[in-house]
Amino acid sequence: MSIPQLLVHNPEDNVGVVVVEDLKAGTDMLCVITKTNTAFHLTVNDDVPIGHKVALRDLKAGDTAIKYGEDIGKMVADTRKGSHVHTQNLKTKRW
Amino acid sequence: MNEMTLTGWRRENNRVGVRNHVLILPLDDLSNAACEAVANNIKGTMAIPHAYGRLQFGEDLEVHFRTLIGTGSNPNVAAVIVIGIEPSWTGRVVDGIRKTGKPVEGFWIEQHGDINTIASASRKAKEFVQWASELKREPVPVSDLWISTKCGESDTTTGLASCPAVGNMYDKLIPHGIYGVFGETSEITGGEHLARKRAISPEIEEKWYKMWKAYQEDVIEAHKTDDLSDSQPTKGNILGGLTTIEEKALGNLEKIGHNSKFLDALQPAEAPARGPGLYYMDTSSAAAECVTLMAAAGYVIHTFPTGQGNVIGNPIVPVIKITGNPRTVRTMPEHIDVDVSGVLRREMTIDQAGDALIDNIGRTANGRLTAAEALGHREFSMTKLYRSA
Repeated sequence: MSIPQLLVHNPEDNVGVVVVEDLKAGTDMLCVITKTNTAFHLTVNDDVPIGHKVALRDLKAGDTAIKYGEDIGKMVADTRKGSHVHTQNLKTKRW
Repeated sequence: MNEMTLTGWRRENNRVGVRNHVLILPLDDLSNAACEAVANNIKGTMAIPHAYGRLQFGEDLEVHFRTLIGTGSNPNVAAVIVIGIEPSWTGRVVDGIRKTGKPVEGFWIEQHGDINTIASASRKAKEFVQWASELKREPVPVSDLWISTKCGESDTTTGLASCPAVGNMYDKLIPHGIYGVFGETSEITGGEHLARKRAISPEIEEKWYKMWKAYQEDVIEAHKTDDLSDSQPTKGNILGGLTTIEEKALGNLEKIGHNSKFLDALQPAEAPARGPGLYYMDTSSAAAECVTLMAAAGYVIHTFPTGQGNVIGNPIVPVIKITGNPRTVRTMPEHIDVDVSGVLRREMTIDQAGDALIDNIGRTANGRLTAAEALGHREFSMTKLYRSA
């Protein structure tokens, strides 16, 4: 298998993690779900740094972000599939 | 590790150390200067200055004593000189360490002054270090290793690679009879439903949950400003792509693997007492404070996953750095002991990453200096529960 640009922990997740440096907007990413070792493709909309997250589908403000198959917080802005997910559109439900 | 012969120093109390330090241990901040002078006089000894030890009371004072006595008692330490401002509390630390059977002697500065204290303590330190230098390593079973874990400057790669590597190591070595420990109470937030299920019994689950809940109520709710997200996740975590405490907690918990239950929920610096296996300790998520407490509980090797590149070490315990972040491997390789970035490229499995860590643990136990040891990182940070009197 070629080197993936995005890894997803769990099939239920709606965000994945960029695992290469210098990823440019418009890249057709090879994505792998690590739990099931299944691959898919997704076009990234933004330049996203290594380690940062990308939405796997369209998300609305108020939606729960899922990673590891678990709740990691709530979306606070509508976010398109393939767009960067971070502090500008995702917040904790705690504290 | 099955093919590797492990060696260590078997101490008077039958615990095994992988280092052979002679410590010059200050009781209090006032005694740091004398301790550093002794360590300068007598080569092969090490002073570990710290900030506290005066006018503490209650549980805060108990944590202070547990940390100092535990540090001196750690099997990576052959012998200890304790220096304090006055004899009473100095004697309490000396008596605590003496229970291990190792050589320990206390000195106090009042009525002697720094110079006479330094002279007397230096003579004894010279005797201790020459004695310790003739102690021999001997073959030891893997079950004699006590291995702690805590991650730092985490990012999303720690949850994908370096933390699962530690979890895989625990899944493989705990059945061999090692002791493990994880902690970081604030950093379980968002994963507490998963952590509590890993307790060995309903009684320990309840004890753990009270510990976690008390931190939320007594510390966070009492002291938070508008948003703890300014501190947890840290700015480094956020640069690395972690957005929320929930996301950070879920990555953190990958360190405990899949198979082990924790046998007890320990107080800060409390030694585990329910036999071999995994333990939880109530600690801060600040790296130096947490590793200091785990070392004081008797753990002899620390496994430290990092994403963005935390550089921490410890004076008495080798701290092994594991990273899965290829940028960190490229930009700060001198800090990394185990590179598991192949997991991100799908060139390395978690099983192989765990084996690479176990191999490094064996080599480190046998005397290989960790990156942090070679670079001189000796962070020793006392945990302070509240203001002194």
